Amino acid sequence: MPTFVRTEKCDGCKGQDKTACMYICPHDLMKLDMDGSETGHAMKSFNQEPEQCWECYSCIKICPQQAIEARPYADIVPMGGSVQPLRGTDSIMWTIKFRNGTMKRFKFPIRTTPEGSIDPYGDTPDADYAKIGDVGFFNHNQQNGYRAGDPSELICK
Amino acid sequence: MAEFGNPDVVEEEVDILIIGGGMGACGAAYELGPWIKASGADISIKLVDKAAMDRSGAVAQGLSAINTYIGPEQDPADYARMVSNDLMGITRDDLAYDLGRHVDESVHLFEEWGLPIWKTDENGERFDGSKGMTSLKDGGKPVRSGKWQIMINGESYKWIVAEAAKKALGMDNIEERIFVVKLVNDKNDKNRVAGAVGFSVREDKVVVYKFKACLLVAGGCVNIFRPRSVGEGQGRAWYPVWNAGSTYTMAAEAGAELTLMENRFVPTRFKDGYGPVGAWFLLFKSQATNAFGETYMTRNKEMLNDYPPYGQAAVPASCLRNHLMLKEMKEGRGPIWMDTVTALANLRETLSPREVKHLEAEAWEDFLDMCIGQCGIWAGENIEPEKKNSELMPTEPYLLGSHSGCCGIWVSGPDDVGAPTEEGLGEGIPEHLPSGWNWGYRGMTTVTGLFTAADGVGASGHKFSSGSHAEGRMCAKSMVKFVMDNKDWKPELDTSVEQLVEDIYRPVRNFLEFKDYSTAIDVNPNYITPKMLQFRLQKLMDEYVAGVATYYTTNANMLEVAEGKLNDLKEDALRMRAKDLHELLRAWENYHRILTAEAHMKHIQFRQESRYPGFYYRADKNFVDEENWHCFVNSIYNKETKEWTCFKRAHVDLVDKSKLFK
Repeated sequence: MPTFVRTEKCDGCKGQDKTACMYICPHDLMKLDMDGSETGHAMKSFNQEPEQCWECYSCIKICPQQAIEARPYADIVPMGGSVQPLRGTDSIMWTIKFRNGTMKRFKFPIRTTPEGSIDPYGDTPDADYAKIGDVGFFNHNQQNGYRAGDPSELICK
Repeated sequence: MAEFGNPDVVEEEVDILIIGGGMGACGAAYELGPWIKASGADISIKLVDKAAMDRSGAVAQGLSAINTYIGPEQDPADYARMVSNDLMGITRDDLAYDLGRHVDESVHLFEEWGLPIWKTDENGERFDGSKGMTSLKDGGKPVRSGKWQIMINGESYKWIVAEAAKKALGMDNIEERIFVVKLVNDKNDKNRVAGAVGFSVREDKVVVYKFKACLLVAGGCVNIFRPRSVGEGQGRAWYPVWNAGSTYTMAAEAGAELTLMENRFVPTRFKDGYGPVGAWFLLFKSQATNAFGETYMTRNKEMLNDYPPYGQAAVPASCLRNHLMLKEMKEGRGPIWMDTVTALANLRETLSPREVKHLEAEAWEDFLDMCIGQCGIWAGENIEPEKKNSELMPTEPYLLGSHSGCCGIWVSGPDDVGAPTEEGLGEGIPEHLPSGWNWGYRGMTTVTGLFTAADGVGASGHKFSSGSHAEGRMCAKSMVKFVMDNKDWKPELDTSVEQLVEDIYRPVRNFLEFKDYSTAIDVNPNYITPKMLQFRLQKLMDEYVAGVATYYTTNANMLEVAEGKLNDLKEDALRMRAKDLHELLRAWENYHRILTAEAHMKHIQFRQESRYPGFYYRADKNFVDEENWHCFVNSIYNKETKEWTCFKRAHVDLVDKSKLFK
């Protein structure tokens, strides 16, 4: 289901130092056609290697213009269906259109804290270097998740 | 001024280099800071990722479950037992046990950072993770979709984990779109790493790093076998298509000992989209059947007795479940169906209309969180799971160490769980390699200064996303200790920077030198495109090394043919072309794939049995030989002679496996 860019919606992320889709694609597929020499559409992005697209939807979700969609793979799937998200800060909305016209909509939470709000160390106490050779992380069991285990299970110890 | 073919060369020296940006790298990035602060030393770090950390690695798309969560009620020994049995008895209990006791610490952090985790209330009703119910840390009850799995709303899983990692490390210490392609050994100690080289995929720039310690976490290996979809659908691999074997190849070339590279994972998934089946089997209680509605796990259950004891556990090994399904396919009783209609009808009988609506959303979310392409197939084929069943299919093989596979690199384990301190089988093991299962620094490979985690670590498996993060954190600790223990050591590269640049940009030079020889740039006798080279690799692996073309079957004769073809391919890899930086990325990814594929082939050739029936069969050795082959197969690669040496290492159980079979 490679992604494609809607010509009339893409603005090449004008005014930004890089396009959002080029920034995010994990497989380096999205490319800005600066002068239109590759696509006939100057200053718009395109998927330069559609047969390598994992359909992770990262570019679709991040595009500020909602200019990117996915078309199910031409070599496998009957035409006419589509799956399109609208990702917000705390949830994502999905619209699924079937080949026969059936529509489904779903909304799922994606995050319970505001984006950018993570304070990685917060009020965690400092690590104790004397314990660097011990088991456990720097914030050992502060998360109440260390599973010490029954020592008798270790039959060679 | 840099231009294509004439890159800037940037040299940088740091104490710790992290190669990769996935869950393992993010774990390390998070854990490093506090230990460095505690050490009182000025330790510099750099993290390079060939993509963008917000969406890099295997969790880029998101996940619908965390597959490794031990919980307060289970013992890490239970987890080590499960890992062992699923991988046919040959895993490192020390690594699995260590991961099991640490992993929940990371899961609880994810929830604190904002990852929504499904919960069950006192009446057993399920709620999504946004309802503000008690956190796991404080005793909240997760929704178990299996003994070890918990359900999440994981669309932004990687985004959240990366935010914490980036803040912990600081963006000044992170550079994205840098693809490291080679490690460089130390000039004075060939069994030590001193540097790494790579290039920017955004500008004409080669980077050369020197370091004391390096964490190599660049994922598993996808697309070395011809995939079932060869047209536009080729990219819809089950595991991420950008996992190119970089971890295994770079480590092997640096001299690291690999382990169980014969292991592969052939997941049975929804056909063509490779949507996950775990929730369907475990949460929705669906059955998989042949064309006639017969459950193959019941119909063929006697076949499990051919593989004692692994077939006799409550949950038989994954490969054996494939084995029972393949019988139906080979004997013409396909297609194989996931009976979603019956499963959902059964569940609806006891649910309120509100709960039924929620159930439908859950079924779709399972795909939308982690395998959106499967929804595209359902939409295109008008499949509503309550009305129409879906086909299942075993995929092409994948190589990985963090999911249900255990190939990878041999690493130093914990020293407090009773692991062997000396080797039980001496024969054929190169003398410079360590003897026991730990050599001072948790997560360090057999090459001094080189650490790995997640898909990189072999002989464990079933770490998944959470375990990979935890394993990265363990490496962070030991790398800080390693750097402190080697404070005054200075890295010196064994190869000149000029030579390294020359090697890295060879595909670009091949292109620039010959591009005008023919009028069509893709057809030229002087070079091969990375894409065609990949097709050659996939064709030979598929046809000779037990791909889908032969129902995962090979033999010694076929492997010998593959050996010759792989040799030619390795030679021709030097003649790949790169017409731009994007193709230079592909060229090096495919070089990494070739060497990983060769390791896989050599290990299958060496192991004189079929250890993983359902994943691959040696038709000439079609049995599990517990007496002679209940052992690790390990190897090292000589980058000068380009030859592999395979050898056995003894397997030891550190937890009692007989408990699985009572």
